[in-house]
Amino acid sequence: MRRKSISYAKWGYIFVIPFFAVFIVFNLIPLISTFKNSFYENYLINGYQQVGPTWVGLSNYSELFSENVTLGKYFGNTFIIWLLGFIPQIFFSLLFASWFTDLRMKLKTGAYKIIFYLPNVIMAAAMGMLFFTLFSQSGPINSIYKSITGSTEPIYFFEGVWTQRGIIALINFLMWFGNTTIMLMAAINGIDPSLYESAQIDGANPTQTFWKITIPLIKPILLYVLITSLIGGLQMFDVPQIVANGGSAVDSTSMTVVVYLNKHLFSKNYGMAGALSVILFVVAAALSLLIFFLTTDRDKTKKKKKGGRK
Amino acid sequence: MAQLKKILAGTFAVVMTAAVFAGCGGSDSSSKGAAASGGSTDTSTADGGDNKGGSSAALKEKKADRITQTAEGSADSKKKLRICTWNEEFKNRLRAYYDQYDKEKSGMTGETDKDGNFIVGEKEYLKDGTEIEWLTTPNKDNAYQNKLDTDLAAQAGSDMKIDMFLIEADYALKYVNGPYVMPVKEVGLTDDDLKDQYQYTKDIVTDSNGDLEAVSWQATPGLFAYRRDIAKDVLGTDEPDKVQEAISDWTKFNEVAAKMKEKGYFMLSGYDDSYRTFSNNVSKAWVDSDYNVQIDDNIWKWVDQTKEYTDKGYNNKTGLWSEEWGKDQSKEGKVFGFFYSTWGINFTLAGNAKSNDLFYVCPGPQAYYWGGTWMCAADGTDNVETVKDIMKKLTCDAANMKKLTQETQDYTNNQTAMKELSNGFKSEFLGGQNHIAMFVDAAPKIDASNAGPYDQGCNEEFQTAFHDYFSGKVDKDTATANFYKAIKVKYPNLKTPS
Repeated sequence: MRRKSISYAKWGYIFVIPFFAVFIVFNLIPLISTFKNSFYENYLINGYQQVGPTWVGLSNYSELFSENVTLGKYFGNTFIIWLLGFIPQIFFSLLFASWFTDLRMKLKTGAYKIIFYLPNVIMAAAMGMLFFTLFSQSGPINSIYKSITGSTEPIYFFEGVWTQRGIIALINFLMWFGNTTIMLMAAINGIDPSLYESAQIDGANPTQTFWKITIPLIKPILLYVLITSLIGGLQMFDVPQIVANGGSAVDSTSMTVVVYLNKHLFSKNYGMAGALSVILFVVAAALSLLIFFLTTDRDKTKKKKKGGRK
Repeated sequence: MAQLKKILAGTFAVVMTAAVFAGCGGSDSSSKGAAASGGSTDTSTADGGDNKGGSSAALKEKKADRITQTAEGSADSKKKLRICTWNEEFKNRLRAYYDQYDKEKSGMTGETDKDGNFIVGEKEYLKDGTEIEWLTTPNKDNAYQNKLDTDLAAQAGSDMKIDMFLIEADYALKYVNGPYVMPVKEVGLTDDDLKDQYQYTKDIVTDSNGDLEAVSWQATPGLFAYRRDIAKDVLGTDEPDKVQEAISDWTKFNEVAAKMKEKGYFMLSGYDDSYRTFSNNVSKAWVDSDYNVQIDDNIWKWVDQTKEYTDKGYNNKTGLWSEEWGKDQSKEGKVFGFFYSTWGINFTLAGNAKSNDLFYVCPGPQAYYWGGTWMCAADGTDNVETVKDIMKKLTCDAANMKKLTQETQDYTNNQTAMKELSNGFKSEFLGGQNHIAMFVDAAPKIDASNAGPYDQGCNEEFQTAFHDYFSGKVDKDTATANFYKAIKVKYPNLKTPS
């Protein structure tokens, strides 16, 4: 047994070389250069006069944490908008996934799966434009609103903090719930059907099987969905950029961190953009690790109880 | 051990996903070299200009050295006239008024689409067989400038040369004093060719060495265009003289606004409509000689007026260039008038109004100018003769410019021709009104001496920041602070009061 594994291990390493090569060239080197850039003053004036790169130590970071930059607000915006979209996303995904996989309901799901997934195929920027037009001052939503209520004054969706955030969250929800539904369906289909059968024989109702069987067993996938969505949420850019006038609309209450990051690239300000990227990196890493440890610990205790079927 | 492996694998996965962010910030670092070699690496040029005088004096930057072209244009590049622009205006001018444009080969029938642009074939040609390639990038949020900067930085070493690019008043100085322009004299136009152009159109594009770097076919004095039916309803007359009398200063203008409100009309469409009448009449430039951002009293007047108009319901709360704003200019709109300069009347307003008996114009409460497009020859162009010919035919040829004004009602940059034309001119779009005569009166009053290289960013960010103030979301101080914050991000070299 030992001999075999030694002779095959070599091939394993050879097969992963392409991945690591690509990772090093396109991810690791830019990552390191981002860290490096964050310690330099480096930007363009008038599009041609290069300033720097000059070593400035931590001054980019202190600038980002000074009161001139409300970085905390941008992180807060990002988190709120993500949460507004994520809660309905996970709710409807779970609901549809459990309906579609329920053998007793005998649903034909193909068409639904495609329809739910479809918004994800459209470019986020196009969705942003579409909703911007839909909800604009003289757009269809306001026409309907006016004809129902008889009001002459339209609703200024993009001048309100929560209407604007709500629209961004709505777009994110519409775009991603199909994707999550399909992922959760795959997870639920992976559960041994005999578990459900025996539970039914024991008299469990659907709510009970859902909470006691489905949820615990798809937890790893739920965790995956949560982490990817969180990281995707931190990177939220296209939709707020378009819907909120480059993020500045309504006192920058829909300015996400990456929209703010992008603003630094107008003057090719690699120093500030680098520092901001590093902060974003730290936050993303911390959040992911936190969730990872919280959930792995629980898995361990449960596996001990059940004795580990595998 | 298994636990350790798990942790290791987990950390690894996190690093990988997180590295995705890093790509955004850092991967462009390779382009730094190009930019640095393109421009002067000596930062002192930024401060070394002729910046004497009081601290509120407008910023005067020193002309940057031109760059030696390291590559020659390829044969393909020589056969292509590549022009950078942000909209369709210049394209239409070139198609209709440049005699060497090959209408037949380009598939131009003279028909226009719904926005009033000529319908042409997929590829456009000049009569000598040169193909015209348009490099179009929208203007908003400095997008055009950023694209232009990238392309021009690559010009010296590229074998596909850009031959010509267009600039606007708001950032003309940036390119005029930048390293990428070929001076007009070198292109081949003489002082005699240029003698009939308005002085301000030359001042704004003269670099710190006194060389002219760009030419324009238009001068852009502004007027107030008003709806005739609404004027009759509210003021009892639509005659330009009488309407002008009613709105000849801002106090009277405000009184009329109140009357409009009573009758269910809006005086102006949106927040930014009167912006240029204030911002292009400032006594202080946006950026002073020490790179401090300063807000002129006249800009504050705009803020106060617009806040009053918004609170009292005198405007329709639209944003400039938005769909609603365009709709307000049509027959269905309930807006009395729009501040527009020359190009705005024939290019934008006529396109939105779609009717020839809707609008008249009058000088309005304050003389001002707005916009204007200049042509620059890109340094390194391999079609100098063509560029020269285009510049000459469109900006110096009196007969051609006269024809342009007659047909398009644009106001061209030729004093003699315009004076001749103003005698008995009748504008089709303005119901036969002679607006050219008004332009002839208004154009010499234009003072563009406070224009600077940072104006587009300052104007846009200021308007955006104060929209929140007008809509009641923030107070004045917060809006001002937001403006400074945005400027600091867009132009890290500028100083803002903290």
